[in-house]
Amino acid sequence: MGTNNSLIHLEEIIFGYPSRPNVLDKFSFTFSRGERVGLVGANGSGKTTLFHIIMGLLKPHDGKIEILGKQRDKESDFREVRERIGFLFQDADDQLFCPTVAEDIAFGPLNLGKTHDQAREIVRETLDILGLTGFEDRVTYNLSGGEKKLVSLATVIAMKPEVLLLDEPTTGLDEETTERIIDFLNSNSDFSYIIISHDREFLERTTQYIHRIKDGKMLDTVSSQGVIMKTGNTIRTVR
Amino acid sequence: MIGEEFASGDSYIHRLDPRMKILIAVSYAIVIAVSDKLPVLLCGLFFPVVLVAIARLNMKKVLFRLLIVNGFIFLLWIFLPFTYPGKPFFSIGPLTASWEGTVYASMITIKSNAIILASIVLLATSSITTLVHALKHLYVPEKLIHIFFFCYRYIHVIHLEYLKLTHAMKIRCFTPKTNMHTYRTYAYLVGILLLRSYDRSQRVYDAMLCRGFKGKFWMLDHFELKKSDMVSGSVMTLYIIGLVILQWGRIIA
Repeated sequence: MGTNNSLIHLEEIIFGYPSRPNVLDKFSFTFSRGERVGLVGANGSGKTTLFHIIMGLLKPHDGKIEILGKQRDKESDFREVRERIGFLFQDADDQLFCPTVAEDIAFGPLNLGKTHDQAREIVRETLDILGLTGFEDRVTYNLSGGEKKLVSLATVIAMKPEVLLLDEPTTGLDEETTERIIDFLNSNSDFSYIIISHDREFLERTTQYIHRIKDGKMLDTVSSQGVIMKTGNTIRTVR
Repeated sequence: MIGEEFASGDSYIHRLDPRMKILIAVSYAIVIAVSDKLPVLLCGLFFPVVLVAIARLNMKKVLFRLLIVNGFIFLLWIFLPFTYPGKPFFSIGPLTASWEGTVYASMITIKSNAIILASIVLLATSSITTLVHALKHLYVPEKLIHIFFFCYRYIHVIHLEYLKLTHAMKIRCFTPKTNMHTYRTYAYLVGILLLRSYDRSQRVYDAMLCRGFKGKFWMLDHFELKKSDMVSGSVMTLYIIGLVILQWGRIIA
């Protein structure tokens, strides 16, 4: 059961691909406003699948999904979720598709019903926040790897989401770009986010605790200093 | 992959409004394509040649592109003059070429070259991005524009994917030969490329959904029709009308 504060509440989610053991096996998880958590686990342990289920891109075989205080089952239930939760894909080439950076960043806000002028303003602000001032007219597929990642992040935060889901935001990035992402995440204490990453140092600097996933279940929760806070499958994170 | 090598430049032609360039290019191509009079075509050829000069394009690159087109045209010259019935014109050995066949082949050659030249000078002098925007302003159906743009956008990505795969093959000492192993490997390459492209399209679509995509693309920039656009647009339109009169004038009168 989700409390008033809980933004995402999953109960006994089962999801799998044909002829393989279930990726998520009665997986339960609660995420509350103001939390900053990391998600680690072996490759194929279901971390990205979990994000896709939260965004309604994959439908679980069984289990209950409660997001932003409402039960979510149908495609139409997830429209609101997508407006309020921002998802950064692993591969920036999947995320950027508009001709220019400005248009790509404006795409989300315009879908949310902003006017052209408001969208332009949001584009400028967002680029400033990420230190990308002047990138408006750059062509998205000509950007470098790090720039692509930062612009993808910009396209997500331009929608001013209440929660960020970041799927390996620093993979393949140099130190300077990683620092920029860390600075951004630490710039506002109101942010709530879940980060999938294999980079321990990055997680230590950006999250309060780390959930470890194994065999489709929550293994335990570890504080970013390495103290085990909670063991077990069903989990309610303690502060 | 797609170099857009003529798009960078700052000539009078480059600065023209892309909407107008598209309209002129399309109407010119239609008139030239359906015309069946040699004088009209010769007058028509004059147009893109002058524009190429004004646009100051790299002649070597332009000629190279024309060479590719004329490679195909050359095949026509082998067959057409000798198989088209008509008055004998010249003969090589036992083969006799007809006058009509030769004229016909010449017309096809002029048409193709004129249209390709016009496309180079009018369309290729704008970036694809600009053309996409211009098409939208011209009320071309959104779905067609999406297909056009996504092809362009992801050919680049799929090409990179292809390079990755061929590199992976090379570092494991693959050298193509005429044998089953080579054929099978290329079949795998094509297969995996298809799968990956399909997966990617799914992921791109998902990413768009996550940002609230409801079937509408947005544009931030708007074009402005300048005085110079109006002037050159009118001149070019008059020229095309001239071609039309030359071609069909008597029929109308």
